[in-house]
This record gives sequence, structure tokens and C-alpha cells, in this order.
Amino acid sequence: MRIKLEKRPEPSTLMAFATPIASVLLTMAIGVVVFDALGIKGEKAVIDIFLTPLLSSYKWQDVAVKAAPLIIIALGLSIGNRAQVWNIGAEGQYIIGALAAAGVGIAAGGAGGGIIITLMILAGIAGGTAWAVLPAFLKTRLNVNEILSTLMLTYVALQVLGYLVGGPWKDPNGRNFPATAPLHADQTLPILFPGTTVHLGVAIALVLPFVFWLIMSRSVFGFQIRVVGSAPDAARHGGFDAKQTIWLSLLIGGAMAGLAGALEFAGALKAINLGFPSGYGFTAIIVSFLGRLNPIGCLIAGVVLAVTYVGGQVAQTTVHIPNSTAGIFQAMMLFFILASDILIRYRVRFVGSPKASALPAAGE
Amino acid sequence: MANEPMARLELKSITKRFPGVLANDQVSFSVQPGEIHALLGENGAGKSTLVKMIYGIMQPDGGEIRWNGERIVVANPKAARKLGIGMVFQHFSLFEAMTVLENIALGMDAKIPARELEARIKEVMTQYGLKLEPHRIVSTLSVGERQRIEIVRALLLNPKLLIMDEPTSVLTPQEVEQLFVVLRQLASEGCSILYISHKLHEIKALCHTATILRGGKLVDTCNPSVETSRSMAEKMIGGNLKTIEKAEGRKVGREKLIVNRLNMPARSHFGVSLKDITFTVREGEIFGIAGVAGNGQNALLLALSGETLTDDPGAITVDGAQLGRLTAKQRRLAGVSSVPEERNGHAAVPEFTLADNSVLTARDRLGMVKAGLIDHKAARTYAGEVISTFAVKALGPGSTAGSLSGGNLQKYIMGREIMQNPAVLVVSQPTWGVDAGAAAAIHQALVDLAASGSAIVVISQDLDELLSLCDTLAVINEGRLSPAMKVADADIEEIGLLMGGVHGDPAATANLHPEVAHAH
Repeated sequence: MRIKLEKRPEPSTLMAFATPIASVLLTMAIGVVVFDALGIKGEKAVIDIFLTPLLSSYKWQDVAVKAAPLIIIALGLSIGNRAQVWNIGAEGQYIIGALAAAGVGIAAGGAGGGIIITLMILAGIAGGTAWAVLPAFLKTRLNVNEILSTLMLTYVALQVLGYLVGGPWKDPNGRNFPATAPLHADQTLPILFPGTTVHLGVAIALVLPFVFWLIMSRSVFGFQIRVVGSAPDAARHGGFDAKQTIWLSLLIGGAMAGLAGALEFAGALKAINLGFPSGYGFTAIIVSFLGRLNPIGCLIAGVVLAVTYVGGQVAQTTVHIPNSTAGIFQAMMLFFILASDILIRYRVRFVGSPKASALPAAGE
Repeated sequence: MANEPMARLELKSITKRFPGVLANDQVSFSVQPGEIHALLGENGAGKSTLVKMIYGIMQPDGGEIRWNGERIVVANPKAARKLGIGMVFQHFSLFEAMTVLENIALGMDAKIPARELEARIKEVMTQYGLKLEPHRIVSTLSVGERQRIEIVRALLLNPKLLIMDEPTSVLTPQEVEQLFVVLRQLASEGCSILYISHKLHEIKALCHTATILRGGKLVDTCNPSVETSRSMAEKMIGGNLKTIEKAEGRKVGREKLIVNRLNMPARSHFGVSLKDITFTVREGEIFGIAGVAGNGQNALLLALSGETLTDDPGAITVDGAQLGRLTAKQRRLAGVSSVPEERNGHAAVPEFTLADNSVLTARDRLGMVKAGLIDHKAARTYAGEVISTFAVKALGPGSTAGSLSGGNLQKYIMGREIMQNPAVLVVSQPTWGVDAGAAAAIHQALVDLAASGSAIVVISQDLDELLSLCDTLAVINEGRLSPAMKVADADIEEIGLLMGGVHGDPAATANLHPEVAHAH
């Protein structure tokens, strides 16, 4: 008995849907086994991380607020990932986006209202985009690997953040903590449902996937991204410019990360301190792949990953496991989704030894 | 040979199945010592699968292989070599940056000291008249010389059976003759040769026996010296051969595509640069470019399609408009279409549907884009039209390009370009790996397009194809194009020498094409 991978004549649509679900389920199953082996109640931990946030309605707003930046960043990253342009530095673009929004807020002084908020959001988009310009320039001009340049710029962004919140933008009334002053109430994003924390950013995160879906499936730009990613030579043959694709996919990735940073700042946290970067930019990479680089998939996957964030906090109090456990689950999910990708184009067959099938009957 | 007591190799009811295909269906034949046995069939007939099983790369699902009368299982190529089976593949496995000697040493199962190996190589080379310089770097060698390395490598093992997979597809006519001399000498010494090909005149000239495969089944084992080329071809394709119908008295019109001193630097270290390419194609003319693979054909196609750009806008003109600096998209709008050699990943995206693949090159010319959005319905309609007009075997416009067989995908790609009615069409290897039926359809479509007034450039390694299809012919060698000649008064001997270029005998080519000889 041997296991054989066989190329499918057509990629399997069923598997394209089944593998992300299977990856989540496998992650949960392995989680139970591993935590049991560590002497922690595995079943309880997994239920708390994956199900409690969904079953208890008072956690929904947390999930929604956490899902919003993940979805928005993942939408941008999916474009790059499809074109095989690997932006690993969304975290840095997210930070710069938030700082740019904060800068506008500070510059506006006490002024607030729709125009200022819009300007803050636009500044966030511009900041994230600007942080992606350098990797795009280096990649197209000098063929510098964008994985390295985007990742390294994340650390530069952290330094910029540390400098600003510890220096020029430090809250004068903040007992010398390195943090910006809290936003004025009329500079924060409107709340969608009174009494909750669900802000305008959540609505944006719900609408954007459909906009991206339209762009990717219907527009020439979406076509270009898909061709460049699947077959660069064919893209050249079809008259698509490879450099333009690199520029656009990196800039869109940066813009979305910057937007997410601005929304998170103006909608959820309302101040920036050293703890502002919470890894959304990295987790969004998982969201992007779990969502199969599909905008609607990113919406669903963003919610799943947000659940693990919220659930991680739940499990912290109920079964006393560190918050970073959620990170382990997220990484496991990425591992499974990447590993199971092969099932879309190949099928597994169990075949007998060559002897068993030898000498088939005549006339076959 | 009928009185030979025992066959060297005997196949009995060999069957091999792949998902969805029966690659070999109960194939039986035998090869005698000293026999040159042709294995004849179209692409996809199952020839390669069969010899891969003999050489131990694959195992048959059913049937048996006998070697000198004994039933054997060839576990792997190493076991095959131990038995005395050697194979020369169509695609060589050589390291470009290493010398001939190093490449041969790497391919040996036994470790032999370099000096001893070199002595043995020299011995084999003098015995068979194979000219090779052991210390040359492979990247500086011609395709014919590279093949000689593979042959020497196989001969060092004193094979009893030598398998040659499509050995002449990349050789010039002169190199083919030299190869045949070697093979005949080998056979006279008792070595059996299994010669895979679809070139009938070669088989008639060389082989004692021919086994013809079609669709995985053995059709006939015959004596090629008794058969005619036509009778073997009809057994091979299982039907009557179609000949290209060229309208009587076609005439070419005014100058359409003019390429004037086109230069292009090499894209990589082992790439070929284009040097002063100059030619003219008129309305209704089919212009052929012959040449051995790797002499700049790819670079030329990319330069004409606009995938690489020249600095000189006037290097390429169509109807007087300068295209040299226009991008691929702009050139398509100006009426220049192209079909590159590689279907999967260059001419088409395998994982895309046929409809999406029509968007790839037809979107601008056929107005499939409105306000930045793709009109998917128009793309599906166009793909459907191409499928029906060119008799592409596909489920419909929604099938992925990768699910089509090579021949069908090629028909689709050719159809996609031809139905856009381009003013100039440049195609590379239009029938490479395509079965005879599809090849005939593609040739006919090209002739018809020319008849409608387009200028057509066909780049091909298949000289027979060019001679039957083209009006005018030039030869590319080392990135230089020979002067054009009328096919009607072309001399095959001269074409062969031009194809050989600097790699052939420089003295012989000197008076034909002086600048090439100087490059040596």
C-alpha cells in the first residue's frame, strides 16, 4: 500500500472551500491533544479560545472590533500575495498610518468633526502608502527582496513610534508615560451602536471586502494581479507591466494597513503608546491565506482570527494559559492551510503495490 | 534477422495507465541484436512512456519485459545501465558551466579516475568518429555537440541496447547524417538501437524495422524500406493525410513588416543576443525562420511581440509605423499578434479558463474592457467562437487551459490570435508537440490568414514544416539572420550549413555567410 499524489485535471473547488475549514478544525483537534499532554485541560482551552467568543453575545463587539483591522489589512495583503509580491511589513505600515492620523489630530488642536476625522483617515492611508514606497522602489530599481525590506521597515516604524510618543507627542499630563494624549471626543470615530465599542471602522471592514471582490473579479487591474501571480511570462505577453504590478500591489497593501492603523487609533484605542502595535499586521498574513486570498474569504477569516484573539484572553482567565497561546493556534492554522493547499491541485490516492495490479484482464 | 535465436529485448503485452489515459495498451514487439528498430508515432502515442519503462524510469502496470530471453524487472535507470541499456534523451541533462569531461564523469555510476576516463572517452570518440574536445565548457557547444556528449556517455558503458529519443529534432541535416553513420556502425557491431521518431524519411533511411504506435496501441510492425512514407504516416495518424491547400496564383502585396538592423542584448549569461536582424515580410507572405534551438529564436519573438523593447523605434515598422519602442499592448493595438513557443505559462495561463485566456491577449483589440471592467460575457463568447472555429476539444469556455491537451491548447492559442485578424502574426514553433491532425489545421489556418492579406512570420526548428508552409525563408544562427531566400529555389544543403553556422565547418560556411565565420 502506497500513498500517491495525483494531479487533478482541474483544480478542485470543493477543496478550495474545504481546506480552510479543515485547517481550523485540525488546529482545534491538535490543540486539545497538545494541551492535554501539557497537563492543561485541552478541551476547555480550545472551547474557550474558539467557541466562547462566538457563544457569548457580550464578546461579539470585541470580536467585531478586533476583526476590523485584520480584515482591512488582509484585503491589501491578498492583492500582493496573489501577485507574488510578499509584503511582510504591514505591521510597520499600520503603525505609520496610526501615527499619521495622530499627527493630524494633534495638528488640528481642539478642532474635531467630520472633516478632521476624514483628514485623519486620509492621513493614515497616506502614511501606510508612504511606508511601502521605499520597498517598491528598491524592488523595482535594484531588485531588493521585498520580504526583507518591508520587514525591516517595520522595526524602523517601531523606532519612529517610540521617538514620537516618548518625545514630541508625549502627553504633557501623562505622568511621563510614553503615550500620546487621548483623542478629543469629537476626533474619534462615531460609534455605530450606542453602548458598544463598535465604531465606524467595523462598517468599513464590512463594506471593503465587497469592493475588493468587485475589483479582483471584474476589473482589468484584478486580472493583471492574477496573471502576474500565476504566470509572469504570460503577463508580459499579455502586455502587463511587471514593475507597475509590484508598485501597485505594495502601495495598496501599505494603504490598507495605514487605513487600519488610523481606524484602530481613532476608533478603538484613541491614544498611541508603546503597546499600540499588537501584531495585527502579521496576523493579517494568516487571515489573507486562510481566506484563500479572496476578499470575501478574508472577511470570514478575519472574524475567525479575531475570535482566537478574544478567546485567548478568555482562556487566560479560565484555564490560566498565557495570552500568547492564541498566537500558537494562529500559527498552526497558517501551517495547515499552507500544507493543505496541495489538495486543491492534487488528490491523494492509496494504491496497492505494483504486483497487485499487474497483468490486468485482457480487453480492458 | 528472423533466424536470430533470441531477441535482445522483448516486450509482451506492456500496459501502462495514467489517470484518465491508457498510455500503453498491450504493446508487444521485440528488438534483435544489431537491429535498428524505429518506434514511430505521433506526440502522445505512448512512445516515451514505453521507453521510460524499458529504461526503468517507470514500471509497467501489466505485461513483461524480457532481456536476452529472461524475464526482468528494471527497477531503475541504474539497473537498466547495468543490464547494458543506454539512453540518450531528447532533453539533455548537462551542466552548462562545466566541461565535457566533468559532465561525463558526473553521469557515470562507477567512479573512474579522470585521466583514465579521458583516455576511454578519446578511445570511444576515435572508434566512432565523434568529434568532441573534453575540456570545452558545455555552454560554448552547439546542440549537436551536446548530444554527442550524451552519446559518448552512453557508449562508455558498452551498451547492448541504445535508446535514442527524438535525437534529430535539434540537429542540422549534416549533423543528422553524421549521427546516422555512428548509429549504423554501432548496429554493425551488434548493438541494438531503439530509435524514437516521427520523421518518416529518417526512419526509411536508417531503420530495419518500425513499430508504429497510435493512441497507446501497437498498430503495426513493418519494414520501412518496403513501406512508403505516406503509408507509414497514415498508419501513424490513422487516417488520410491532408495536404495544405494553397490557392493557385497567390501573390504577395506591398511591404508590411520591416525589421531593420534590430539589435538586442542577451537577457542572461547563457542567452543569445540579436545582431543586426534585417528582413521584410509582405502582405500575404509567410516568412519562415529556420534554425537550431537556442540560436536567438526566443529573443527574436520577444523583440517582435514587444515583450522586450529596443531603443531604436525604427528597427521594427509595420505599414510605415515605427513600433520599436511600443509596448506589447500598444503593438497589439497596432495589429501585431504573436504566439510564443511555450504554451503553458507564456502564451496561456494554465490555471485560467479559456475565456480568461482570451482576455489576456484579445481584450483591447476586441473591446472586452469597458471603463476598466472586463466584459466577461464578451470573453466567453469569443472563447466559444475560437473553440468551435478551430475545433478545439474542450468542454467549453470555462475549461482551464491546463486541462487541454498540448495540441488542443495550441489550436486554441493560434485561433485566439488568428481570429483577431492581425496585420502581422509572429508564431514560434506553431506545431511543436502537436499531433498531425491539429498541425494540418494550424498550417491551413496560417495559409488562410496570409491569403487575407496578413504578413506572417513562422519561427520553427522543423525544416520540413517551413519548406511546406513558407514562401520565403531565412536561417537564424547565433542571433544573426541570413539573407532571405525563396523557398522554391532554396537549397537544403545550404540551409543546413547556415543552420550549423559557426558550429559546423567554418570553412564550408565561409563562402556562404562570411560574417558568421568571422564570429568564430
